[in-house]
Amino acid sequence: MDTNAIYVLWLRDIKRFIRARSRIVGVLMMPIIFLLGLGLGLGSLVNLGNGASYFEFIVPGIVGMTLLFTSIFTGSAVLWDRQFGFLKEILVTPNSRASIVVGRILGGGTTAVLQSILVVVIAIIVGFHMTLSIATLMVPVFMALIACTFIGLGLTLGSMINDFQGFQLVTSFFTMPLFFLSDSIFPASALPAAVRYIIYLNPLTYGVDGLRNALIGSGAFPIWLDFVAMLISSIVMVAIAVYAFNRTEVG
Amino acid sequence: MADVIRVSGLGKRYGSFTAVDGISFNVKEGEIFGLLGPNGAGKTTTIKMLTTLLPQTFGEATVSGFDIRKKQTDIRRIIGIIFQDPSLDDELTGRENLEFHAILYNIGKEKRDRKIGEVLKLVELEDKADEFVKNYSGGMKRRLEIGRGLINDPKVLFLDEPTVGLDPQTRRHIWEYIKRLNETHKTTLILTTHYIEEADYLCSRVAFVDHGKIVALDTPTALKNKLGGDVISVQLGKKSGDNFIKALGKLKWVKTMSHHDDFVDLTVEEGERKIPEVVILAREHSAEIASVSLHKPSLEDVFIHYTGKTIRDEAGSELEGMRARFRSRSMRR
Repeated sequence: MDTNAIYVLWLRDIKRFIRARSRIVGVLMMPIIFLLGLGLGLGSLVNLGNGASYFEFIVPGIVGMTLLFTSIFTGSAVLWDRQFGFLKEILVTPNSRASIVVGRILGGGTTAVLQSILVVVIAIIVGFHMTLSIATLMVPVFMALIACTFIGLGLTLGSMINDFQGFQLVTSFFTMPLFFLSDSIFPASALPAAVRYIIYLNPLTYGVDGLRNALIGSGAFPIWLDFVAMLISSIVMVAIAVYAFNRTEVG
Repeated sequence: MADVIRVSGLGKRYGSFTAVDGISFNVKEGEIFGLLGPNGAGKTTTIKMLTTLLPQTFGEATVSGFDIRKKQTDIRRIIGIIFQDPSLDDELTGRENLEFHAILYNIGKEKRDRKIGEVLKLVELEDKADEFVKNYSGGMKRRLEIGRGLINDPKVLFLDEPTVGLDPQTRRHIWEYIKRLNETHKTTLILTTHYIEEADYLCSRVAFVDHGKIVALDTPTALKNKLGGDVISVQLGKKSGDNFIKALGKLKWVKTMSHHDDFVDLTVEEGERKIPEVVILAREHSAEIASVSLHKPSLEDVFIHYTGKTIRDEAGSELEGMRARFRSRSMRR
């Protein structure tokens, strides 16, 4: 691993993140709308049946959504870099492609986690009650694992697809089902068995469940299961991303 | 001088299309070697293979003795490349672009700061170094890229169309940088271009590339001399006898002579030195000369001679247009 390359790519993402304030506001718009609209608005009509509040239930889901969207987007930045030539600049330097992937994931992961922490803070401001316990320490861990998994996916797609129109089509083909077919906005237990199995194959389900365990102290699965599932999906997705990135040719 | 680059039968095929069709050449240490040809001739593909960005389909090549297929990391360490298309990060400052590049080459803090200072001075961007690259002009970006290519003290610097899309003044400036670089740092330079004047002005040797093949390779002067030399065109006045024309024909340095209307065309070497002799000869024969003109064959003439066509200068490639569209799109991010 070339630590220099990893550091530079991480630093680049951080610098760009700090400088693009308008972009941060833009990225936070959707979670805020979901928090207010779904969480507070629709939530007042929803009865989960176990006395728990829907708002409490959906906040981890919205945090998961923020991570999903920003991660896939960040991962896809490789497509922009290719288009604007910066990718070539990185690829001609004496650094392994694997370290370039790792640098991207660390950089994108850091910014995605920062953004999702912002979402949690906003949620607390509008009335979200976090349950503090030892499990709270797992919040950033789950955020990082969700980011890792989906930046891996974004990188894979960005490496394989060469044009923007195609890329937008393919990402929405992935993001929407990944989001709705997880238990982000409704409990999986409420659904028919067939759909439930699909949901159980979706890594985001375990990520959001892990966040729920960590943030509000209750989830559908034990927290260790969420952790193991996310760890596996992260490793698998990063490996796929390295493989896909290794195969890209410079246009 | 030793060869820094050896290319033998190198080729790249995309499906049934052969972009580079088995080219061979050597580049000597310290020279400026040019690949000249129209867009799509295979110049950039050649550069990409030599810089290990693209694997070759057939043939062999070494850079500083390293095989381009097997020793990619070794090659990357000792080369610099200035790409045809922009490759800067717009959202970083000029200095940051240089700094990141230096870190990617594992250059320590102290040396890094020194090199960055040196390079910024060379490309005259010291006072713009801390501005965002998106606020740079095209010429400034190009200069920054050239500077960046020098950060790691490359043994060989590749320049892919270094002045494409720049105005004539900026182009001149860039040429001066390139020349100075070669003279002061003894860096071996290999550049591609479709500008005749660029190859003529800069290169110690030029290879004409057309349809993925090298059709001629020599120094610009030797290439021009292959056309037989300069042409002196003498327009005869009213009072000029056949004696004068006969005398011209008898001169031993005249290679060929043709006479049409009142013009006499002489093919000679070093034409500018022969004009006085022509004038003296005319006086000796009491002949009147209306005008004398000298035409030195340009590399363009040589290119036409070898390929039967001119180098088309197509304004703005397809990729450029695409890039512009995506740029405006990304603004909305």
